[in-house]
Amino acid sequence: MHAENTTHVQPQPVDKAKIRKIWVTAGYMALITILEFIVAFTLPLEMATTRVSIFVLMTIVKAFYIVAEFMHLKYEMKVLIWSILIPMVFVIWMLIAFIYEGAAINEIRY
Amino acid sequence: MSATAPSINAPKKSIWDGGQSPFKASYGKLMMWFFLLSDAFTFSALLITYGLIRSAHPAYVGEAEAFAFSQEYWPIPEKVFEAVPFLHGVSLPLVFVGIMTFILIMSSVTMVLAVEAGHRMDRKDVEKWMLWTIIGGLVFLGCQAWEWSHFIHGTGGGGAGLSWNEYGPPDFAAFFFFITGFHGTHVFSGVVLNFIIYYNTVTGVYDRRGHYEMVEKVGLYWHFVDLVWVFVFTFFYLV
Repeated sequence: MHAENTTHVQPQPVDKAKIRKIWVTAGYMALITILEFIVAFTLPLEMATTRVSIFVLMTIVKAFYIVAEFMHLKYEMKVLIWSILIPMVFVIWMLIAFIYEGAAINEIRY
Repeated sequence: MSATAPSINAPKKSIWDGGQSPFKASYGKLMMWFFLLSDAFTFSALLITYGLIRSAHPAYVGEAEAFAFSQEYWPIPEKVFEAVPFLHGVSLPLVFVGIMTFILIMSSVTMVLAVEAGHRMDRKDVEKWMLWTIIGGLVFLGCQAWEWSHFIHGTGGGGAGLSWNEYGPPDFAAFFFFITGFHGTHVFSGVVLNFIIYYNTVTGVYDRRGHYEMVEKVGLYWHFVDLVWVFVFTFFYLV
């Protein structure tokens, strides 16, 4: 088609430090997932609260790496970061309200 | 008369009056972010409702070794998801879903590399990394198809459908289908979008346009799909 128009595009050289950072971030996430597996298999089910807290904490850390580094949100303007993060309070509210509600249903039923 | 002499009586221009990007991000990228925010609400609603229904059901009490499937209590996920293809009858709790998680995270990494190559206007590299991302997405979808098939056919106890399942209360399977299915649909549309980007890259559309921002926008979507899976993995399979 218009191949002749594109052959003159000269790619810029690779920034090794940038590539390294991407792989280091990926390494952190792999490490966290392995840690989650270790917790899933070594901590007994009776320690439910500890298990769940560790899982939730590690999930938030992984989510931070994906959103901040991979989705590049960390490097956007403050106003954009907050426009995305502040509405998340609704999710936190919903989580608290619904889990509380579920426990109440459980109490009435059983 | 000079036409452009500054005057104190001239109306003050705000950065919101148009002609510039107040968020220092293009319109398309900004709208992708807000779409993803709304999508995050949908997935949060699904996962939190799962939490509500689960906490409304009795939990299994007792030794993990003595656990058996019952309609009376919510099952322990690692007892449900313990099969791996080609290793029939071997109990490998969460190993397969762990592999799936790894595949999706890796395809997210190749997507970042594609975006990075796009910034450098390096068409060959964008092609390479987009192709890896597409392959990762397809492998993930294949794994999910196997997982669904195994879940539906079951391990001899009757399997699972929308109204009944061998693993626990009916809602357990309903949520499995709904949450992983909704996520799988996102992965599928992500693969389609990635393919369109790959096609446009190969045909030189972005070289002629002068920038590879479309790779970035679709990249945001693809990372979001990975992000959702991180939460599904924790709240459906681990907790």
